[in-house]
Amino acid sequence: MPVNYIHPDYEVIRNPDRCVACRACERQCANGVHEYLPDAGKLVCDDALCVNCHRCVTLCPTRALKIVRSGNTYKENVNWSGETINELYRQAGSGGVLLSGMGTPKPYPVYFDKILLNASQVTNPSIDPLREPMETKVFLGAKPRTVARGKDGRLQNNLPPQLSLSMPVMFSAMSYGSISYNAHESLARAAEALGVLYNTGEGGLHEDFYRYGKNTIVQVASGRFGVHPQYLNSGAAIEIKMGQGAKPGIGGHLPGAKIIGDISRTRMIPEGSDAISPAPHHDIYSIEDLRQLVYSLKEATDYRKPVIVKIAAVHNVAAIASGIARSGADVIAIDGFRGGTGAAPTRIRDNVGIPIELALAGVDKRLRDEGIRDNVSIVAGGSIRSSADIIKAAALGADCVYIGTAALLALGCHLCRSCHAGKCNWGIATQMPELVKRLNPDIGYMRLVNLLTAWRHEIKEMMGGMGINSIEALRGNRLMLRGVGLNEKELEILGIKHAGE
Amino acid sequence: MLREGDARIPSGCAISGIFSKAGKRMSGEAIIKSIAVMHERSNGLGGGFAAYGIYPAYKELYALHIFYDNTGAKKECEEFLERHFDIVNLSKIPTRKVKEVTDEPLIWRYFVAPLPTKLAESQLDEREFTVQCVFRINTRITGAYVFSSGKDMGVFKAVGYPEDIGRFYRLEEYEGYCFTAHGRYPTNTPGWWGGAHPFALLDYSVIHNGEISSYDANRRAIEMHGYKCSLQTDTEVITYIIDYLHRKHGLTYKEIASVIAAPFWQTIGRMEPAERAEHEYLRIMFAAQLITGPFSIIVGFAGGLLALNDRLKLRSMVVGEKGDMCYVASEEAAIRVIEPDLDAVWAPSGGQLVMFRLHGGDE
Repeated sequence: MPVNYIHPDYEVIRNPDRCVACRACERQCANGVHEYLPDAGKLVCDDALCVNCHRCVTLCPTRALKIVRSGNTYKENVNWSGETINELYRQAGSGGVLLSGMGTPKPYPVYFDKILLNASQVTNPSIDPLREPMETKVFLGAKPRTVARGKDGRLQNNLPPQLSLSMPVMFSAMSYGSISYNAHESLARAAEALGVLYNTGEGGLHEDFYRYGKNTIVQVASGRFGVHPQYLNSGAAIEIKMGQGAKPGIGGHLPGAKIIGDISRTRMIPEGSDAISPAPHHDIYSIEDLRQLVYSLKEATDYRKPVIVKIAAVHNVAAIASGIARSGADVIAIDGFRGGTGAAPTRIRDNVGIPIELALAGVDKRLRDEGIRDNVSIVAGGSIRSSADIIKAAALGADCVYIGTAALLALGCHLCRSCHAGKCNWGIATQMPELVKRLNPDIGYMRLVNLLTAWRHEIKEMMGGMGINSIEALRGNRLMLRGVGLNEKELEILGIKHAGE
Repeated sequence: MLREGDARIPSGCAISGIFSKAGKRMSGEAIIKSIAVMHERSNGLGGGFAAYGIYPAYKELYALHIFYDNTGAKKECEEFLERHFDIVNLSKIPTRKVKEVTDEPLIWRYFVAPLPTKLAESQLDEREFTVQCVFRINTRITGAYVFSSGKDMGVFKAVGYPEDIGRFYRLEEYEGYCFTAHGRYPTNTPGWWGGAHPFALLDYSVIHNGEISSYDANRRAIEMHGYKCSLQTDTEVITYIIDYLHRKHGLTYKEIASVIAAPFWQTIGRMEPAERAEHEYLRIMFAAQLITGPFSIIVGFAGGLLALNDRLKLRSMVVGEKGDMCYVASEEAAIRVIEPDLDAVWAPSGGQLVMFRLHGGDE
């Protein structure tokens, strides 16, 4: 066996005074970290296999386990960090592209954390959401330029199809295949219970979930997996996936090992074959081609479904969004570069794209400058972590947000960033039946409902503090925001003032 | 010190309006008396009046009231006016010296009609042409500010207490069927006459008490439709919203009230299907024109007057009626002082539209 150059990043520490050798950790770890030695009557572990997912830590009945950062260090070097060295060793050993799961962990600026919210004092009253109605309902879709009236003079409904949401949050696209059946069921049921939408991702829609159609966005991505007329007509909206924040400019690859049983059937591809989504849509090489796909999908669904176009936040996102807003799309979803993924090449995840805050502010301003903001609604994603992020995104100009990672965390994800390995101990990003069954959809959906219910309470409290009792009065209301520690250029792009101004 | 428009200045206020449904012309005395009762609600940093039906001799012409900082601005502005309008009459607006009112700019009045050639060239209707010229002057000509631009109506405003401002402008010498008045309580010292209220565009004039929390959402939305919010005040953006919905979309005032002080979704949910559909439509279509936070507004327009509170009624507003005469004010005392013997007096609830029109008027 060749020498492995890499010392494990983490150490599994077992407190022998607490461990009762019940072997729960051994059973729980799909990575095979823990091993029982019958002769010695104790458990040992191989740190090198540990992904730090905390499954064993959480389930250890005597709290005998913890995982700590390994103290082992290379000779200190600012330029060549330990991580950089390890990655290089790994590539020198494998000859392969580095893969990662979830959003970038790199210390790029998180602008949401440098923006502060306003509250009412004296000159206007704050509003108590416990005493007064506080509205979080939003509608997504294009707005016509003029009103229409019938012969009787009454207003006529000339609105294109709209999506109605009880609060401005949707679960973002995560395909069946990249996440498990139970994870999808949890998302679908939660969306239904909450009056919001979840998104199938690019893997088609399992036949069991057609019943949640009213709360489903069906996605059409470059691989066109599982796309057929019934699928398109089963959801509340159709999303064309042009890009993803975690990996702008590239496609996707679900290994053949995961294309089994229902997944193969749902995706309409043979078992065991790799599901490869091309980097571009091969029928969309330009904006006029996008327009054709938008209208093809509208034709296929009788103009009854809004069409969402999802793009990754890249440098010229504002111009791209402007083109999309004139392409017949009803909603633009922008995915920031901190967004999550089941698997992405590490270098792309960590180096391509721009933060959602800047992309959102730029797009909202551009569409207003061009007088076409009402042509589309804007959904911001990648990465929305809390109710405060939602309020800030709304005030920057978003109609709604997408959450992906936050929803998975609610289901038990511990952000070990190993989704691509397919051995998710929490039953989320895996297709191994014994792991999938660990995620109980009855509990999973309830935890998602709890999370968004809590967020809705917080959103109402913050809105009330600002004296706003309807979410549409917050949208694009940038005077409610102030920057801290941002330079003039950043403030200019975000369109906000600095705190104290 | 930043001038109004360079900073956003919240204000508390007093408002009052008098309207004769019979179209009986009355002098400005009564409105001064009414607003003076609410002296404590303003702080001497701004006040003003709008009066309707006061220019019967020129009622087909736009009456432009303009502040000039200096004669240079006047010259430049008049050159602009001559290029775009037929100026039928021009004069200083008559004022009297009042010791409480100081630092007055040059205050001029022009009765104008758009030049037919210019109008045809612009491909705009007459009203839109006039609006664009007003915006042009206010944003491009430094030191010139058009603060009134309607037909057969005029705005008179200044820095000071409203009762002093009324005397300054000799309001008792005007006769009209409708007057509104505003006393301002800004939280710092703008010191610029253009920042006082009413705010007006064409014949729409708005006086407002409150501080709307939706301001920047409303501002950014309305600016997309060609309006320029140069003053950063609530009243300005409310005026533009009303103009946008009424003149550009042809909404009725009742529909406008359902947009800016929209019923809550739970209320809409209890409506009859046809009414519910209409309200749902208005809320979705004009979501960006919803106004939240406290306000009471009185809107004057040709032939009518409307009053509206925010949907939670976070500001006081009382309505009184006596025969053909209608009164709206922040406080009942301001109505009683001019008409002690009212047929009815009541407080409209949040979001409830109150509208009075001349007999024979539509809607």
